[in-house]
Amino acid sequence: MAVVIFLACAVLVSIPVSWGARRVMVAILPRNMARVARDMPLTAAFGVLVIAVYVFVALFAPLLAPFPERAVVGSQFQPWDSTHWLGTDRLGRDMLSRLIYGARNTVGIAFATTALAFLVGSVLGIWAALRGGWLDQVLSRFVDALMAIPALIFSLLLLTIFGTSVLTLILVIAAVDATRVYRIARSVAQGVVVMDYIEAARLRGEGTVYLIGREILPNALAPLVAEFGLRFCFVFLTISSLSFLGLGIQPPTADWGSMVRDNATLITFGNVTPLLPAGAIALLTVAVNFVVDWQLYRASGLKEQAG
Amino acid sequence: MHAVLVMILQRLGLGVVTLFVVSVGIFGATELLPGDLASTLLGQSATPETLAALRTQLGLDQPAPLRYWAWATGVVQGDFGVSLATRRPIADMLAMRLGNTVFLALYAAALAVPLALILGILTALWRNSLFDRVANAGALSAISFPEFFVAYILIFILAQSGVFPSMVRLSPNMGLGDKLYVTFLPALTLTLVVTAHMMRMTRAAIINLMASPYIEMARLKGLSPLRIVLRHALPNALAPIIKVVALNLAYLITGVVVVEVVFVYPGLGQLMVDSVAKRDIAVVQAIALIFASAYVLLNLSADVLSTLTNPRMMRRK
Amino acid sequence: MTGEVLLQIQDLHVEGRAGEEWLPILRGIDLTLHRGEVLGVIGESGAGKSTLGLAAMGFARDGCRISGGDIRFDGIDLRKTPELGRRALRGRRIAYVAQSAAASFNPAHKLIDQYCEVPLLTGMARSTAEAEAVTLYRKMQLPNPEEIGFRYPHQVSGGQLQRAMTAMAMACHPDLIIFDEPTTALDVTTQIEVLAAIRDIVRDYDTAAIYITHDLAVVAQMADRIKILLRGQEVEEAETRAMLAAPKAEYTKSLWAVRSFARPEQPTPTGQPLVSVQAIRAGYGKVDILQDVSFDIHAGRTVAVVGESGSGKSTVARVITGLLPPRDGQVLLDGVALPQDYRARPRALLRQCQMIYQMADTALNPKLSLRDLIGRPAQMYLGLQGRALEARVRELLALIELEPDSYIDRLPQELSGGQKQRIGIARALAAEPRLIICDEVTSALDQIVQEGILRLLDKLQRELGLAYLFITHDLATVRAIADDVVVMQHGKVVEQGPKPEVFAPPHAPYTDLLLSSVPEMTPDWLTGLLARRHGKA
Repeated sequence: MAVVIFLACAVLVSIPVSWGARRVMVAILPRNMARVARDMPLTAAFGVLVIAVYVFVALFAPLLAPFPERAVVGSQFQPWDSTHWLGTDRLGRDMLSRLIYGARNTVGIAFATTALAFLVGSVLGIWAALRGGWLDQVLSRFVDALMAIPALIFSLLLLTIFGTSVLTLILVIAAVDATRVYRIARSVAQGVVVMDYIEAARLRGEGTVYLIGREILPNALAPLVAEFGLRFCFVFLTISSLSFLGLGIQPPTADWGSMVRDNATLITFGNVTPLLPAGAIALLTVAVNFVVDWQLYRASGLKEQAG
Repeated sequence: MHAVLVMILQRLGLGVVTLFVVSVGIFGATELLPGDLASTLLGQSATPETLAALRTQLGLDQPAPLRYWAWATGVVQGDFGVSLATRRPIADMLAMRLGNTVFLALYAAALAVPLALILGILTALWRNSLFDRVANAGALSAISFPEFFVAYILIFILAQSGVFPSMVRLSPNMGLGDKLYVTFLPALTLTLVVTAHMMRMTRAAIINLMASPYIEMARLKGLSPLRIVLRHALPNALAPIIKVVALNLAYLITGVVVVEVVFVYPGLGQLMVDSVAKRDIAVVQAIALIFASAYVLLNLSADVLSTLTNPRMMRRK
Repeated sequence: MTGEVLLQIQDLHVEGRAGEEWLPILRGIDLTLHRGEVLGVIGESGAGKSTLGLAAMGFARDGCRISGGDIRFDGIDLRKTPELGRRALRGRRIAYVAQSAAASFNPAHKLIDQYCEVPLLTGMARSTAEAEAVTLYRKMQLPNPEEIGFRYPHQVSGGQLQRAMTAMAMACHPDLIIFDEPTTALDVTTQIEVLAAIRDIVRDYDTAAIYITHDLAVVAQMADRIKILLRGQEVEEAETRAMLAAPKAEYTKSLWAVRSFARPEQPTPTGQPLVSVQAIRAGYGKVDILQDVSFDIHAGRTVAVVGESGSGKSTVARVITGLLPPRDGQVLLDGVALPQDYRARPRALLRQCQMIYQMADTALNPKLSLRDLIGRPAQMYLGLQGRALEARVRELLALIELEPDSYIDRLPQELSGGQKQRIGIARALAAEPRLIICDEVTSALDQIVQEGILRLLDKLQRELGLAYLFITHDLATVRAIADDVVVMQHGKVVEQGPKPEVFAPPHAPYTDLLLSSVPEMTPDWLTGLLARRHGKA
């Protein structure tokens, strides 16, 4: 019951907050972007606001956190009080500080991983779509084979072999995700490559770099940006899940997934503290999803008008 | 009908090839190691003698194709080799747990599939209504929640008050009713996560169809909305819906790993996580192969089923 | 036509949603239709003619709404009748025939099942409904009327589907049928049969009809009266013969005038042809699409390759440009064989031959400004940079009759369809080519815009001495602009020669069929043609 009341309050508070955030965006953005902001639904405004807060916290974590990330500053499992607002963890480290540093570590690593996956996946995908022929066949069949193994299972297999460190984590997840990005980028680019303006550019004698940079990429960007949001959510959840399983980001680095794992016992005693990092994960994914949903809707809406 | 049979056989053939490639991939992944498996396992403590001994024991002195052949023929006969950590036969470790995991997945599927399809069809039918918006926002949130978050919220609400157990203890002579009760929370967790995905995709598939000219034609023939959805949209939506269901059942395979850990459920997922932590590669390979096969088979059956619902495929010109 | 009034529409307003706003689609339309009468509704794209047809059924598409006015069908006020009541009319008393029958039949059900759906709901027995379906299929001159209903839509050709859809619309003997461009997607030779079948069945059953189209000559065959729409408003309405003989409004006259454009005859060419296509055999996979295709293109002349869908006319263009290397034969430029694959052609050769596409929407990169779109070929081939490039782009814009200052920085989405096509022309000209291939360049455009493009191309040809290769299915375009004509069917050249020779009898049988199938703007054309053809047979 308490949870339901809490959720209801959260929704009620977030509506005026998102409305305010939208007003602020309309006011401070340059004119053409402000027009876009004015038409955004409240869910998207909420998403933008939450993402902004997370980025802010991640950037200024050392200034915002009351205690260092890894220092033991109290006894274990202290309750919430005025020095340790959210209590302390299993080893007596300050929960709030670790939560704040977690934004930097968890989100940062997920972002780096997604960016890497995107770089590799989309370049290969667009190249395959443009070249076609044997290159496309070889790459696509290879990706098909990799994708026949579920992502988490494949990641677990690779982590067993290479061991768990932040670097292997990023490389492994990026490699697994790049296959998915490749698929999307290839199909988006294939939609563009069949256009007559690509044929015209080819007949003009343009090279591959010009074709990708000037003709394909600008037209494939909108769906790829939306896909980046979705992929980020997926990577973020995967890394959090791995950390929760004890196979992801390793202690003493503060990370939300492993914070849940370390303090999970408290939940059975009716203490919500371990739910906070999990909630922090959920909130960011919800926010990104809201923004992506809006972007996808916008893209499809504009298409209808043009057609 | 002959052409369809040929096509199904082709698909099955392709499935076998995929399984073969997947098994090579899973087996061959260890070849990616710098050095080899033995030196990785022994790490710093390696001496030339222990290394050599371990290599012989793992069969690393044999060439890779030979080792793959021995492994694959063993797997086909139900022999997965022995665990590197416990020295027990892997098949024995898996037997019980495989059943448990399949039970949990089927339980969740039985709850999720009808729920998701009904919600998906209703939201598509009442598009842009308040019901649609609430269901959509809810689904979007559920997708965004990590499985362990959903699991702990359920524990917080339903287990802390003692309504359902937060840890699953299965005993062999348990009745079905008890078993369903004890495993309710993990099944519910999986259901919530999977339903959200499935509902959204079902909705999208139907809405996509509702924009097609033959639906407008049906409306201009004066048919009722219910008849339009059931008779004109649904038969064409079957193929995409089958794909959606298969995709999400496949997703259960991933979800099961985390959920089993949270609820200390004695299934394959938990064993896999333990084995990854111990770097017991033999066990991880065996479980990965089982999960991947289930995944491949699901996609294969979805492919065949959706072909069978398509009159274009069934009746050529 | 003095029967009782069946449909009366007064001051109809329909709006469509654009973002948060509602924009008008129909602005105060009046319409009166008597029992058994056929009203033709003519308009260009965006005139609101489909919206009007649907509104006559009390229906508005998603994202549209009927915002004002009165629609009375046989005394029933459709705007005040609840949806349930309107539904009871649709399919039973008012039926609809859509533009693309291939997309409007449900792919999951057999034709007969879709035919029987509404009759069964009205309580008719299945066997009766099926028997009647066979009768109607026979009346619509479908082959195998007893069996064709038991096929799925994908097993039946486009022209046959269109007739089956008309039969389905007739199933409950409606008082009114709305035909929404029923023959637009069909080839001319197929169109004739469908038009004849529709006209006969509407007459036999004394059904009233609203016949929507953009083609004047077609509507002249079908309608008793013609109403002309422009941007959601009526321009004029009159009896068909009166309208054809003496259109009143300026807009109507301009529609009539389009067909009057004709290029003066050119002297017969001498000397070496610019491009010579020699004995081409080409295709995809195992199939040969082109067989033994040969023709010449001389400098300063326009060659039209004409044929219906599947004739291989577009493949000819792909062979010349090098997109599809031929299996046999060669393409000569100034008597020298071109490399077969475009990738093997140096830029200097690529520059000689430029292409203009049918769909300007997909032919222009939507993310590039006109400056970049037109400037790129000039930059690449002629090495123009900075100011010289800018000046050249402005010069080209002026050449295609667009004001350089206000257009140079626009994106394609800020242009109309005709303007986009002009940009396609400017881009081709920027390369300073000697041959331009025009692939159905006017077929996606409204007639008035088509004429503007043709006149522009003609002017440019005279000024710059260009050669054109026109790929088209539209004989009116051929008549207007061609010097030489190549008629193609099933991948072969059926007949070729200078236009006056090809267009004057005696014709090859297929040329004759093609030429005689083009609707003419006299109301008796269809009747006369059918009489002649049946007389021959």
